[in-house]
Amino acid sequence: MSLPFLRLSVWVYLAIFFAYLLGPLVIMSVTAFNSPSFPSATPWECLTFDWFSALFQDQRILNGIRNSLLIGAGTVVLSVLMGLAGALMLTQVWPKLRATFYTVIIAPILIPGVVLGISTLVFWDRINRMLGLGPDSFLSSGLFLTIVGQSTFIASYCMLVLVARLQRYDIALTEAALDLGASHAQAFRKVLLPFMRPAIASSAVLAFLASFENYNTTTFTFGEYPTLTIELAQKVRYGISPAISALAFLIVVLTVFAALANEAVLRRRELVMAARRQATVAELSGGGLRLPGFLSGNVAAVLLVVMAVGTIVVVGTAATYRPDQCIADVREQKRLEAEKRAEELRAKREAERKEKAGSEPAATAPAGAGGANSGSFGSVFNPGALQGGTVEEPAAKDGSNSGFGSVFDPGALQGSETEGEAPSGDGATGSGASGGFGGVFDPNLLQGSGN
Amino acid sequence: MSAGVGVDLENLWIRFGDFVAVRDANVNIRGGDFFSFLGPSGCGKTTILRAVSGFLEPSQGNILIGGKNMKGVGPNKRPTALIFQNLALFPLMKVWENIAFSMEIKGASAGERRRRADELLEMIALEGQGDKLPSELSGGQRQRVAIARALCAEPHVLLLDEPLSALDLKLRQHMRTELREIQKRVGITFIYITHDQGEALTMSDSIAVMRAGVIDQIGDGKTIYNDPATPFAASFVGENNVFRGKVKQVSGDRVLVQSNRSGDLLARVSSANIGKMKEGDSAMIFIRPEAFQLARTGTEGDHYVSARVVNEEFEGNAFNIFMEGDGGKEIKVSLPNHGQSFDSHKGETMTLRYDVKNAVAMPAGVLATE
Ligand SMILES: Nc1ncnc2c1ncn2[C@@H]1O[C@H](COP(=O)(O)OP(=O)(O)OP(=O)(O)O)[C@@H](O)[C@H]1O
Ligand SMILES: [Mg+2]
Repeated sequence: MSLPFLRLSVWVYLAIFFAYLLGPLVIMSVTAFNSPSFPSATPWECLTFDWFSALFQDQRILNGIRNSLLIGAGTVVLSVLMGLAGALMLTQVWPKLRATFYTVIIAPILIPGVVLGISTLVFWDRINRMLGLGPDSFLSSGLFLTIVGQSTFIASYCMLVLVARLQRYDIALTEAALDLGASHAQAFRKVLLPFMRPAIASSAVLAFLASFENYNTTTFTFGEYPTLTIELAQKVRYGISPAISALAFLIVVLTVFAALANEAVLRRRELVMAARRQATVAELSGGGLRLPGFLSGNVAAVLLVVMAVGTIVVVGTAATYRPDQCIADVREQKRLEAEKRAEELRAKREAERKEKAGSEPAATAPAGAGGANSGSFGSVFNPGALQGGTVEEPAAKDGSNSGFGSVFDPGALQGSETEGEAPSGDGATGSGASGGFGGVFDPNLLQGSGN
Repeated sequence: MSAGVGVDLENLWIRFGDFVAVRDANVNIRGGDFFSFLGPSGCGKTTILRAVSGFLEPSQGNILIGGKNMKGVGPNKRPTALIFQNLALFPLMKVWENIAFSMEIKGASAGERRRRADELLEMIALEGQGDKLPSELSGGQRQRVAIARALCAEPHVLLLDEPLSALDLKLRQHMRTELREIQKRVGITFIYITHDQGEALTMSDSIAVMRAGVIDQIGDGKTIYNDPATPFAASFVGENNVFRGKVKQVSGDRVLVQSNRSGDLLARVSSANIGKMKEGDSAMIFIRPEAFQLARTGTEGDHYVSARVVNEEFEGNAFNIFMEGDGGKEIKVSLPNHGQSFDSHKGETMTLRYDVKNAVAMPAGVLATE
């Protein structure tokens, strides 16, 4: 196998891989800007920002976001505290019980979230009753239960992150602080905590994200505080709207933004460190150390700025852009299309009718002779033709612009009645109507109205 | 600066489970001394230091600092400061913040701390480097920052755990003199731990030689080197040639030993062992490489040794000759280089002479390995 081929296949593989990873997100994001009321990326109709305003006018979604933020904050605080305590216990106390303790603390991650949700509910209900509190006490409020329920397993995640950092901590640093006169609390606050800060930050982010996206546990505990995921799940039950795509798009953008910002800050810190290492004593003490510009050599920062500018542009456009004209155009265009289709159909019927009239004397002609669509007309006593005749009167009365063409064509009738509907619906009714003719339809009819 | 205070270890035992790390140590360290614990790796030096600074409770016995019993006194309440084997500088604090950490604990203002840190930085010849991070310093600079940080706490006793072991030879030698100077300047008690006998000898007022949890000998450098108390001390401190044999005759502090392969040898009984050697006991005689002189080949007597030369090397300041010795070990002879010519004698038998006062005899015992 040649090297270029190998390289090519690696690229192809990567392309497929990323398409698989990011494809759904991209398509979903596109649907947030398309005007049809069912989330769809194709056909592209009109650029619209209406789904975003729909989103921000949806009280339930807004309320869900507020609850999610509230519960997320509470979970972060509780989980990080419990995680830190667990991590300290694991690395610094009880060396003999370490393995057992580790298993106990990891267990909540392995237990299904549903079970955690139910057990949280049952457990705190017990406690609530034991304390003689009513059903409206704080202990039975959805806010408290959800925070506590989520924290049972999110604290374990936090602990894993914190333990990883703690294992790199040199206990001699705490001893050095003690030796220099610090109390245990001072040593913890001034030495250990600053060392743990990066891990605390990442575990807080992790805890927040885990809380924000949690459904399994929350579904049992939310009470009068439905979170965003709960609201979304309930909404989807009644049909999905592009407003949800808009929300998802916002979340994706915020995530990418945060990731880029984080990367940019890290990269900058690296550059600063490199600069410090090369700096002379005079530069350091004189405060004359010039740090590299925020953007130089910092790809993430450049992307971040590009993205920020992009966001501002989009928001600016959204504020002034009115898709009403476009939507009206599309509607008009659809109507015209439907009319055209109806006309074509009528013309076809007419032609067929004529042909039928012409071929009636030769009733014994072989079925295949008249082509594909004449095959079903093999019998002169076709009940479909009879049926078609019975609807003749109302059809002529109803379709004002279908007065010409064939009065026998129920397809035309159908076409003019449903022109404002979505194409798929059009197709469905079209096929249903022509079904009334028994064998009297051709595949072209179906195709035409389905288009 | 605070004056140094004495440190006393009384019948100190430290056990980890069944393992005895320190066995019945008795040491009196005078205030203001530079005192070294010298011993091979794993002999319990760090353990003693951790007990003195308060990180370990002794299993038995007492630790007195300035005459006060330290039982139950935490590390942050003792007048000691420890310089850790790995320095343990706070990696996220700048150099000056590291140095002034003990003042921050007491609530000193930033300006005050900065001023004191700058003073100490000047003392350790690192002026203007206070704004760096410890990771931005060289090994020797970091070393000095650790010392400054410990001194900033104004301890009465400074404990140093092999602070120079990570440095290269040149820097190590430089830091030896520097440490000694700092000690003289601040006048506090230094307790220094090392497995490097050169460091111990050059810097210390007094040295304790340790072997596997036991203190073999305490004395000043000259005593330890010239008058070792045990075979371990004799073989661990400096280079030494050992001759094994049986005591043939004892008279006062002189002993005649019938050696295994070098005939009868006369030696001086080491001070710690006077009166402890009897006829027929197995004994060891230690003679340093530089205590030998070349003698006329074939000379016989109770202070002459004859053996075949197996190897020779030129070390710059000395010619070294290695001769067939006792128990497979070679006898090393070191002849100072005065610019004299030196012919190879490889394969020949040569005769060496020594002064009886330079040959130290003691009851046979365990030698330092290597
Ligand atoms: N916490 C502990 N638990 C069990 N044994 C220990 C502990 N600390 C030290 N020891 C043992 O005590 C002995 C002495 O250790 P110590 O650290 O005092 O050696 P050291 O003389 O400082 O050696 P080095 O020169 O290598 O630093 C060693 O055998 C060590 O294994
Ligand atoms: Mg040690």
